[in-house]
Amino acid sequence: MRALTSFQLNPGSDDQGATLVFSGPMTVSSLGLADKDLRKIDGSIGEINVSDVTMMDTVGAWTVWRLSRDTGAKIIGCKDEPQKLIDAISKADSNAHSIRAPRLPLLQRVPEHIGTVMLNLGRGFLQVVGFLGQVILSAGSLFRHPGRFRPKALIHQMELVGVNSLAIIGLMSFLVGIVIAQQGAVQLRQFGAEIYTVNLVGRLTLRELGVLMTAIMVAGRSGSAFAAQIGTMKLTEEVDAMRTIGVSPMEALVVPRILATMIMMPLLGFYSAFLGIVGGAFLSTLTLGIPFFTFLSRVQEVVPLHDVWVGITKAPVFGLIVALAGCYQGMQVKNNAEEVGARTTAAVVMAIFTVIVLDAFFAVFFTNIGWG
Amino acid sequence: MTEVETPVIAQELPDLPEPYDGEHPIRVRALRNVFGDHVIHDGLDLEVNKGEIIGVVGGSGTGKSVLMRTIIGLQIPESGEVEVLGQSITDARDDADIDIRSRWGVLFQGGALFSTLTVAENVEVPLREFYPEIEDDLRHEIARYKVLLSGLPADATSKYPSELSGGMKKRAGLARALSLDPELLFLDEPTAGLDPIGAAAFDQLILQLQQTLGLTVFLITHDLDTLYEICDRVAVIADKKVIAVGTIPELLATDHPWIQEYFNGPRGRAAQDAQARHDGVRDTRKSDALLQGEE
Repeated sequence: MRALTSFQLNPGSDDQGATLVFSGPMTVSSLGLADKDLRKIDGSIGEINVSDVTMMDTVGAWTVWRLSRDTGAKIIGCKDEPQKLIDAISKADSNAHSIRAPRLPLLQRVPEHIGTVMLNLGRGFLQVVGFLGQVILSAGSLFRHPGRFRPKALIHQMELVGVNSLAIIGLMSFLVGIVIAQQGAVQLRQFGAEIYTVNLVGRLTLRELGVLMTAIMVAGRSGSAFAAQIGTMKLTEEVDAMRTIGVSPMEALVVPRILATMIMMPLLGFYSAFLGIVGGAFLSTLTLGIPFFTFLSRVQEVVPLHDVWVGITKAPVFGLIVALAGCYQGMQVKNNAEEVGARTTAAVVMAIFTVIVLDAFFAVFFTNIGWG
Repeated sequence: MTEVETPVIAQELPDLPEPYDGEHPIRVRALRNVFGDHVIHDGLDLEVNKGEIIGVVGGSGTGKSVLMRTIIGLQIPESGEVEVLGQSITDARDDADIDIRSRWGVLFQGGALFSTLTVAENVEVPLREFYPEIEDDLRHEIARYKVLLSGLPADATSKYPSELSGGMKKRAGLARALSLDPELLFLDEPTAGLDPIGAAAFDQLILQLQQTLGLTVFLITHDLDTLYEICDRVAVIADKKVIAVGTIPELLATDHPWIQEYFNGPRGRAAQDAQARHDGVRDTRKSDALLQGEE
């Protein structure tokens, strides 16, 4: 069993207060339980006797010092070493300074929190617009000084954003194509219009799903990576180091990432739509009795060309949003590692949300210009 | 109905080992550390005496930090034996060596504070971990006085590490290292990156804590002033082993070229002179006091 501190409170006479007698070790490992009872003592103590204490560390010294400070008791029977500790502790005593940053009471904290969130939302929107402006300015200055442009960084990012995500985006699109064809066929069969499954799959993937699913996947894969990479570089002061040696982080980190995403998104979106159609054709061959190549040539007949343009026009915009959100959130990281995680999450949420909202606007817009 | 608090029964607390009363709290024998095909240590031996401050010096890349990491069990050596407070680190597996971990404190080079916790909460982490029976009041008090004891101002307790300067982070790291009143303290370059005044104050702080708390201190440093000022003995690492251990005069008497260059180079000379002046002042003061006493 662990040796514990024990104490005894001997009631004193009228002219002298009670005596508190400690025995056993007074250390961090032995005081935990005794401390609870010690705090319950009220009334004055005249003397604290520590002559029977076998061992004392700073926690013991603190306990003795605190009791003597609060009750005005005299410490007696103290040997040299413990006395040194008590002296050292007494110098380190301060009037209960909070160990946490001060917090407002709940009733004030909630409105304060809501207000801060709203203000930050507004400020954040302004900052994003400002960030976009900075990106355009840097891109413009790169255009004027092509020597400063970093083709290697751009190609590397294109590989990371585009080539490396081919497998996952392809698989996802193929499966989504199958699901749309299967669900569409079930509904259309009720009208005997199973052949319209081709229209459904072809138009839906090329106009909407191909680009939208790709944007979501790229936001999850690359947008988050941008935020985490740039955020970590901010924490380790790499971004500051870049500035001091005359390399603009905007030009070196942000522009290549945004450009790469904007270039790769239309390609990935088209690729995704294509594999979605292949998925639909695959399912049709198996269950609807439409041969694979008949399905493909039928797609060519029923899908107007402007559907392809709708998809490809949206893609770079979505790419811009995803990359901008990632880089912006990454550049906002400061202070600590937790922030990197929070900012990465924020980047993905912001990107996907904005992409979906914008997609709704695009849908209305393209219908109104006659590309319905 | 009154709520009944479940009492923590003394028997439920896990056992603790007796404090170490041997001669050498740290013993390293025939240590060999290899990274890939790069041999860091080969046949390294070191014994640290109880209650001393031992300084470990060596050129960059000689494996001072690796030695410390091996002693505290973060680096598993290829062969050799490490014994800390009478327990073998090299044989120990996680559960078994926990009771040693509550008896040492480690200050890493950058402070290695937990960035999402305030300074005081950082100090509380080991207390929560090893002594959960300590209630909030006492734990907060302990955290506060440790922070003050390590030379930080009282308002630093509620600050986050990102709000502290480099020197303050080191002090906060020291407060966390001292949080459990350890018998052994490991310091990795405690004064590197501090201004001379801050470094001197940190030296004095370590010396004072070592004397009042009776610590054994294992200290890695490049700072010659620190070596002269507070170290009882100095261990020199070169050629993959400890080539000499002793007081600085003892080391100066050896004729190893690296030691000679280290202590008799321009910086070594400067530190020696400073020390000599320092001692001189001390001596004259003493003699003044004696004279005054005689008058």
